[in-house]
Amino acid sequence: MFNSLSDRLTATFKNLRGKGRLTEADIDATVREIRRALLDADVAVPVVRAFTSAIKERALGLEVSQALNPGQQIVKIVNEELVGILGGETRRIRLAKNPPTVIMLAGLQGAGKTTLAGKLSKWLKGQGHSPLLVACDLQRPNAVRQLQVNGERAGVPVYAPHPGVSSEFEAATGDPVAVARQGIAEARTRLHDVVIVDTAGRLGVDAELMQQAADIREAISPDEVLFVIDAMIGQDAVNTALAFNEGVNFTGVVLTKLDGDARGGAALSVASVTGKPVMFASTGEGLNDFELFHPDRMASRILDMGDILTLIEQA
Amino acid sequence: VRSNNALGKGLLALLSRDRIDEDVWDEVEETLLLADLGTEPTLELVDALRERVKVAGSRNPAEVKDMLREELVKLVDPSMDRSLATQRHADRPAIVMVVGVNGVGKTTTVGKLARVLVADDKDVLLGAADTFRAAAAEQLATWGARVGVPTVKSDVDGADPASVAFEAVKAGIEQEVDVVLIDTAGRLQNKVGLMDELGKVKRVVEKQGTVDEVLLVLDATTGQNGLNQARVFAEVVNISGIVLTKLDGTAKGGIVVAIQRSLGVPVKLIGLGEGADDLAPFDAESFVDALLN
Ligand SMILES: Nc1nc2c(ncn2[C@@H]2O[C@H](COP(=O)(O)OP(=O)(O)OP(=O)(O)O)[C@@H](O)[C@H]2O)c(=O)[nH]1
Ligand SMILES: Nc1nc2c(ncn2[C@@H]2O[C@H](COP(=O)(O)OP(=O)(O)OP(=O)(O)O)[C@@H](O)[C@H]2O)c(=O)[nH]1
Ligand SMILES: [Mg+2]
Ligand SMILES: [Mg+2]
Repeated sequence: MFNSLSDRLTATFKNLRGKGRLTEADIDATVREIRRALLDADVAVPVVRAFTSAIKERALGLEVSQALNPGQQIVKIVNEELVGILGGETRRIRLAKNPPTVIMLAGLQGAGKTTLAGKLSKWLKGQGHSPLLVACDLQRPNAVRQLQVNGERAGVPVYAPHPGVSSEFEAATGDPVAVARQGIAEARTRLHDVVIVDTAGRLGVDAELMQQAADIREAISPDEVLFVIDAMIGQDAVNTALAFNEGVNFTGVVLTKLDGDARGGAALSVASVTGKPVMFASTGEGLNDFELFHPDRMASRILDMGDILTLIEQA
Repeated sequence: VRSNNALGKGLLALLSRDRIDEDVWDEVEETLLLADLGTEPTLELVDALRERVKVAGSRNPAEVKDMLREELVKLVDPSMDRSLATQRHADRPAIVMVVGVNGVGKTTTVGKLARVLVADDKDVLLGAADTFRAAAAEQLATWGARVGVPTVKSDVDGADPASVAFEAVKAGIEQEVDVVLIDTAGRLQNKVGLMDELGKVKRVVEKQGTVDEVLLVLDATTGQNGLNQARVFAEVVNISGIVLTKLDGTAKGGIVVAIQRSLGVPVKLIGLGEGADDLAPFDAESFVDALLN
């Protein structure tokens, strides 16, 4: 029983070695292993389907190279295609010509938005910006307080005119759209050059809350709308990404909890169905656990075959 | 609902076919994969079905769907004991610990569960053993206020979670409550230090009485990593049940099939929203129906 794709592909390669050309059957065997690996990594079924047929097509037209055996050549193609979908180069935050730059966060419940708000603010502050955090989650118990604590830790002020839901105020009463709008005005008066707007978690199918997110977007015309998604998500990544794309037309993706051991196939699913770039990776609970997204690292993580890729690069 | 359509399409197409060909099997496979069942259980199920179809000599795709449902129900096993151990002991309350990775819905589940127990006329006390995440204890206390039960928490951030849990159980014993519910911090299962800490929380609590129920909270959107989560948490704190949250979304939560199969730990409760009443018992048949539609 072979566990990793590396192992399984190495076994497949053994049968290929020595042959000059790939037969369709050879390619099918390799593509089957790749399909299985992608599914095990939680890449969404329709994305896997499109991906493997693209691989097959390229493999069929393969020019046989001297240095690599044909199986390795297929893996090389797979890697290239993966990196291509994940975005060749990391895109930076777009700063507004007329400050403040407005960044809105959106995503499912528990994805890591509020934590990311703290991280982003600290990172931007470190680059000489003067960010303001705006607390628009008036729904989850103590979400406002959570953002305030993160702000304190990051040394960044938090605009929170409404306490949201807390033990004294157990029902959601505030208007997040109004808070968002006021937050931008506040940033202008206080000369903050970046505003980060934390919003409540919501489901893709919750039409009412998705409309609220769209209304927040409409009210503040953000320069970036970041869709925050948990790297552990499975097949639902596609539904969710499409729903948020339709709802708030996000401009970039942040993949969270990459410090875990999930393979993170969602990155491929989301990038592939929305065409939006993955911009950042969140890699822990601390405010510094945050980095630019690296498509090449993600590709080998999804395929779980860093060693094979190294071999191929050396050939 | 988008995913229901996407998912339903496979089986709908299946039913419109007049014979069982390879496309039918592809559709069955796809339906299961899309529900996060995972490749191994999916391939096994499809093989088992193929065998049944061969033996039974079925020609009708509708029969395949019925057999599929049957096999799935068998896998999910309606006969498992899914009751919660929340009966007070003679000299102390029942102790329930809630564990899981970050953001899955632990604190919310504690709040909802407290509501259910209160409705059942039980005296409940909450213990805020998440001393780590910003405003975690306040969040739990808000839930406590919402459902009318007290919360034991530490006044200092970063206090030792084991001692807060200990204090909560102690207070529960002194106040003669029926159930103490302990909320813990989210932690990824590959963080050895944090998992050790969780083991310690449980051991320290058990100086006053065995923990009756350790509930692993699992987010229904979780993909194949869910199996790792369950394995490691089972090893460290011997989980006794699973709560599958966020089933009000489009995710099916199919990973619990593999978890139940490999660990024998039953799903006991499901989360259906962010409100206090959005908690329900797990029902094998409706779970399978949702998975297939
Ligand atoms: N290990 C790890 N934990 C993370 C990461 N990002 C966030 N978390 C944790 O995930 C949990 C949820 O994070 P939040 O920031 O509250 O998520 P959210 O999207 O704001 O949640 P809602 O507002 O309830 O929708 C918390 O326990 C965070 O500490 C990450 O990159 N790695
Ligand atoms: N839609 C939906 N949202 C839920 C459900 N359960 C919890 N949530 C939401 O998910 C988010 C995270 O819930 P929490 O209870 O804070 O999760 P947690 O596991 O305690 O998180 P950490 O303590 O940070 O690890 C919150 O926004 C909750 O309102 C559910 O069944 N359905
Ligand atoms: Mg939040
Ligand atoms: Mg919590």
